[in-house]
Amino acid sequence: MEMKTTTFKENARTAIADETLQIELDRLSFGFPEKRKKAVDRMPEFEQLREQARDIKNHVLANLDLYLENYEDRVEKHGGQVHWCRDAKAAREQILKICKAADAKTVTKSKSMIGEEIFINDFLAKNGIEPIETDLGEYIIQLRGEPPSHIIAPAIHVSKAQVEDAFRRVHTDLPADRNLEDPAALLQEARGQLRNKFLQADVGLTGANMLVAETGSNVLVTNEGNADLTYALPRVHIVIASIEKIVPTLEDASTILRVLARSATGQDMSVYTTFCTGPKRFEDPDGPEEYHVILLDNGRTDLLGSEFEEILRCIRCSACLNHCPIYKAIGGHAYGWVYPGPMGAVLTPGLIGMEDASDLPNASTLCGKCESVCPMGIPLPKLLRSWRTRHFEAKPTRSLGQITLKFWAWLAKRPKLYHKVNGLIIATLGALGRRKGRIKWIPFASGWTSKRDFPAPMGNTFIQQYHKGARGDTSGRRLREVKK
Amino acid sequence: MNDSRDEILAKIRTSRSGPYVVRNELGTIEDRLKNHPRNVVPARGDGLPEEQITKFKAEAELVNATVTRVSSNIDIPKEIAKYLADNNLPSRIKHAPSLEHLDWSTTLMEVCHGIGEATDEVCVTTAYAGVAETGTIVTYSDQQNPTTLNFLPPVHIAVLNAVDITGSYEDVWTKLRADLGSKDQSVNFIPRTVNMITGPSRTGDIQQTLLLGIHGPQRLHIVIVDEKTP
Amino acid sequence: MSEAIPTSPHVGLFVTCLVDLTRPSVGFATLKLLELAGCQVSVPVMQTCCGQPAYNSGDRSDTRDIAKQVIETFEEFDYIVAPSGSCGGMISHHYLDLFKDDDTWEKRAKNLANKTFELIVFLSDVIKTNKINGQCKTTATYHDSCSGLRELSIKDQPREFLKNINGLKLVEGKKSEVCCGFGGLFCVKYPDISEKMLDEKVDDILQTETEMVLGGDLGCLMNIAGRLTRRGSEKEVRHIAEVLADMTHGPGIAAPEKTEA
Ligand code: SF4
Repeated sequence: MEMKTTTFKENARTAIADETLQIELDRLSFGFPEKRKKAVDRMPEFEQLREQARDIKNHVLANLDLYLENYEDRVEKHGGQVHWCRDAKAAREQILKICKAADAKTVTKSKSMIGEEIFINDFLAKNGIEPIETDLGEYIIQLRGEPPSHIIAPAIHVSKAQVEDAFRRVHTDLPADRNLEDPAALLQEARGQLRNKFLQADVGLTGANMLVAETGSNVLVTNEGNADLTYALPRVHIVIASIEKIVPTLEDASTILRVLARSATGQDMSVYTTFCTGPKRFEDPDGPEEYHVILLDNGRTDLLGSEFEEILRCIRCSACLNHCPIYKAIGGHAYGWVYPGPMGAVLTPGLIGMEDASDLPNASTLCGKCESVCPMGIPLPKLLRSWRTRHFEAKPTRSLGQITLKFWAWLAKRPKLYHKVNGLIIATLGALGRRKGRIKWIPFASGWTSKRDFPAPMGNTFIQQYHKGARGDTSGRRLREVKK
Repeated sequence: MNDSRDEILAKIRTSRSGPYVVRNELGTIEDRLKNHPRNVVPARGDGLPEEQITKFKAEAELVNATVTRVSSNIDIPKEIAKYLADNNLPSRIKHAPSLEHLDWSTTLMEVCHGIGEATDEVCVTTAYAGVAETGTIVTYSDQQNPTTLNFLPPVHIAVLNAVDITGSYEDVWTKLRADLGSKDQSVNFIPRTVNMITGPSRTGDIQQTLLLGIHGPQRLHIVIVDEKTP
Repeated sequence: MSEAIPTSPHVGLFVTCLVDLTRPSVGFATLKLLELAGCQVSVPVMQTCCGQPAYNSGDRSDTRDIAKQVIETFEEFDYIVAPSGSCGGMISHHYLDLFKDDDTWEKRAKNLANKTFELIVFLSDVIKTNKINGQCKTTATYHDSCSGLRELSIKDQPREFLKNINGLKLVEGKKSEVCCGFGGLFCVKYPDISEKMLDEKVDDILQTETEMVLGGDLGCLMNIAGRLTRRGSEKEVRHIAEVLADMTHGPGIAAPEKTEA
């Protein structure tokens, strides 16, 4: 069952019917928001930090070219290499080139959404190089052959029993009768399995939570410590990052770190925050000998300067997913592409085109919860609406829904007719349902009546009754007449 | 090879004149990079040194680290031996070269030093600084301090001088710039790796249950030393 | 509001299409509350819809036309009041966004936006009325509609007013701030997702074990009421204006006509 953006409605139905998934989603939507709230309550300066984090990223976007040049210069001064890549294909090829030059057999990977975006695992595997995910969640879904369903908790949809199944299926070198009841046993098993992989890998591939222009560093944030073993042990460290990950200084990075973990998991600080700058220095006893940065555009420069620019402030904290009632109802896979939830619904059409992703910005009530928790102040509902506008204006053919809407707008612009037509409809519906108070089925409105009754209108419209004179005040009408 | 670089930069430059570009008042990039101004720094790391130590300890314990305090360097090996014995942990340690000056012979522990390896059970490292705000220790890589020691063993013990406990991350950057900045300060002060460590390794990836010690250490024990290591 | 409030401000009532067409009683309750608070109220007959359905579907040109019509109809009043956070928010927050390239209309939109309020906010924060003291022996829970809550910061005001209603006991739902899954056209375009969200809302409401559900937006209330009846619950669903105006004699939303008077 492959879920694509184009089959969104079906994906959603499948997800809603999936009981295991629903249990995990319940857990998530309870746990994350509560933890976030506690962390935010413990930080009186949180709102100020949020505003500054937003300003920092706006400043970066306004000066992105200059900061990128500065960043590149610093990386090179520290002995690293920067590879600029226009798209996913270029990035994949560049990574392969580096891996081949290093004669790599296995590549350890710490969780990277950009890695998902360029589908690097499949590509490496096809080229005879084994990619090994080391974040526990990513490892689990790699064993299950699935994409992540959440940007920081990729295996959020998987139950403990399913983890056990996957481990038993793959870790065949271990005794079949071992006890994996306890989650801690699963943890120990994963630790043991991955330990050797870390030590054997030729190349370590990480993402970057930020790139610091001042120093040429990439910032890695994890709770497990897998990113640290990924860059520190192999001979080659490759960082894959998109161009908007830049922040100016270490101080600016610190500000963003303060909102990142609190918004993400509700921790004050993630366990491991690492600043890597270039390869091993002459005097260093350990560390990678080569340091490469893949600097990826892949559609970002198209968003820059557009009405969607603000999504480029996103730090992938996942707060918008964790608080989204739609995400909670359908989980991440239903969105059909790499990035789920509100940030995904804004970003995906920008990266793969609105034609294929048109359901994503539409499947939202614009309830605004995401914007209220986004640490970067991204107006997600506004951006979702902007996609709808773009789509509406670009698309000549109209769906039945759009035609109905058009008709409604046409009518709304003709108040006299509007009141006449609607008066008639309302009188009919009122007569049909007034006694019972509700109507169970209305033609052309089955989207509504398939799930809920339609509350019967009272019969006469307010405007009709009011102007018939119960209250006798027609100054509203007079006001209009005076104006004319 | 530089085609993509030029294309990307050119595209960015064209887009910067568009109607949606958000300008703001953070000044020129030269100023920002050179002066690296501080943004809002939360007040909770503020205080007299002794208050900061108390805060550091409390925050570190909140994230499952353990913290003890000794008055001088001489006490460090004994304290470590005691911690290992109390917790039924193996008494074989590997310490960072930076701690070679300590007199390890005062205990019965098996002691060696070097870089982190798969077989290590307990590693002892030097923390460059502590951050009271979140109970975070900061280490960086150099000849004396291999990075791998912080991550490979299941037990990580960090030695932290009381005077190196600061309020905020910003304080650490200031200290680092002062300690390591050379003539060409803007480029060279940053070590290859700076690690901020806040508690032991953890994951919530199995059914959203918190479990400690997935890839990094399961235990983080911090020994605060009142007398500054020379 | 820094300007002085006129002693008897002339309020244009934007009744909203849903109230107008399906539940006039909310309109009359609004009228009564405004008059009680000392306002002179007019109901322009040229009003239709605020344009939100078109706006949220990306049809900006129709939205602009409708907005212009609303501006023309209402701009001469001291205040414009709507018994809905979503329509109120549309006029006070989103109209501005429509006229970025048109100075004249932008100015007019801004003028209108500055004096447009959702009913409860208007009574509580602008007029600061102390004339609300009805009677309603019941237990109720309150659903915070999204635009009201997050665009207009309506949270404490309705609860404060409800404290003045004799005999009414408010019980908070755990998820009172979670979206009910209405979302205008969303609920018909994505009925399965909407149903899932709605059921959570309804479950939360049911667990409060109250007799009544109150809210400030008719769209959400119709959504909730329709699901409650579909699930066989007879819980009374009402717009808060009806309770505050002491006009709860008629049936609740989606409820059958009362047999005894
Ligand atoms: S849009 Fe905001 S809340 Fe969502 S992931 Fe990005 S930064 Fe976090």
